[in-house]
Amino acid sequence: MIWDWNWTLEILPQLLTQGLLVTVQATLGGAVLAFVLGLFVALLRRSRRAYISRPVGAIMEFIRSTPLLVQLFVLYYVLPDFGFKMTALTTGIIGLGVHYAAYTSEVYRAGIDGVPKGQWEAAIALNMPRPYTWISIVLPQAVRRALPALGNYVVAIFKESPQLSVITVVDVVGLARGVGSESFRYLEPMTIAGLFFLLIAIPASMLVRRMERRLDT
Amino acid sequence: MIQFDKVVKRFGDVTVLRELDFHVKPAERVTLIGPSGSGKTTILRLLMTLERVTSGTIEVDGQCLSHMKRGDRMVPADEKHLRQVRKKIGMVFQQFNLFPNMNVLRNITEAPVRALGVPREQAEEKARDLLEMVELSDKALAHPSQLSGGQQQRVAIARALAMEPEVLLLDEVTSALDPELVSGVQSLLRDIARSSNLTLLCVTHEMNFARDISHRVLMFDQGQIVEDGPPEQIFNEPEQQRTRDFLQAVLNA
Repeated sequence: MIWDWNWTLEILPQLLTQGLLVTVQATLGGAVLAFVLGLFVALLRRSRRAYISRPVGAIMEFIRSTPLLVQLFVLYYVLPDFGFKMTALTTGIIGLGVHYAAYTSEVYRAGIDGVPKGQWEAAIALNMPRPYTWISIVLPQAVRRALPALGNYVVAIFKESPQLSVITVVDVVGLARGVGSESFRYLEPMTIAGLFFLLIAIPASMLVRRMERRLDT
Repeated sequence: MIQFDKVVKRFGDVTVLRELDFHVKPAERVTLIGPSGSGKTTILRLLMTLERVTSGTIEVDGQCLSHMKRGDRMVPADEKHLRQVRKKIGMVFQQFNLFPNMNVLRNITEAPVRALGVPREQAEEKARDLLEMVELSDKALAHPSQLSGGQQQRVAIARALAMEPEVLLLDEVTSALDPELVSGVQSLLRDIARSSNLTLLCVTHEMNFARDISHRVLMFDQGQIVEDGPPEQIFNEPEQQRTRDFLQAVLNA
């Protein structure tokens, strides 16, 4: 099998427009949801009320201990039986977001635990109301500490997004497979799809590493 | 102003304060000296409500810190009560504890704005006055990490004063500073003490500073007051052997 440049140029635009758009939507949507949800989960798990912190902790443990693939199947094929119907892409974004919220919540937790005790004590000494202690003192420092790890999870979500093809979301990989099965040539479309992930994931990882170094100093 | 009545503080099996009684008058400046682990810092932390007493009572300006009245019973203080009594008290820490995510001006204005509801412009005007007093007017927009230890501690002092406390607690405020920065912070505190009506409670290992600033010195050992008197007495003719031993050890160090 020889690499066919003409055909490559023919399928490239379709892969890069349609496929890319879906991959980017899934990644960004999933990441934003994971970041926001993860923060709320981290705060709920710190609640002094056991009837809040315990169940939230158990749910997150459950999510982390089951495959994303199974969760996606349940969301897309089982939930509609109970009356929840969403488009494939929306379901995919929710699946990725909730799954990764279980991980980002741990990142936030570590970030919050890393804020020195003296910061809390200074806030008490200044009689700062509790909500403002969180909003203006603790969370800004915690999130700053959490940023590099959160960045790593964006890359992870990006690389896991092709899993959404099992619930009929057609991203770069799904499209490449489609093109391949039509023409019985998988070399070019799959190579393009792989390169596409490589070209984005490597600079993104480098960016995260630079962020880590800057925070260390 | 401050009244300790049979205060006991235990951490697990360790008893830090044993039935401690003492009284501080309004505008009085009291320095606590004594070996490490004698409970001096714990006294400040109890007053700032960073710790709770094991038993006994602490009153500030006639208000009980640890308990409040509900009906005719005394119950442990809730957050609202604590916020009320804390208004009168400010604290400066050994490690400064400035907020690294805010510039100097925000560090000083954040609490008056959030806790007292002072309008931001008014809080900033006051903060600039305080910065002038601590001689850091040009650092208003700097971040804490860009300041030296001495500068950070002066910002922390301005931050505490911005809340207009009646009682100021100083917890070894020069212990974390490079030697050449100590005297600047000390003379600033001396000026503040002499030009205000602040009730001052100060834990320090700097005996000259203690002598300079205080009306009264309390010598602590093992959670109790060993000797209580004006600085002239404590430093020149201490009555207790324990005080003599301690001072000899510290001054010859």
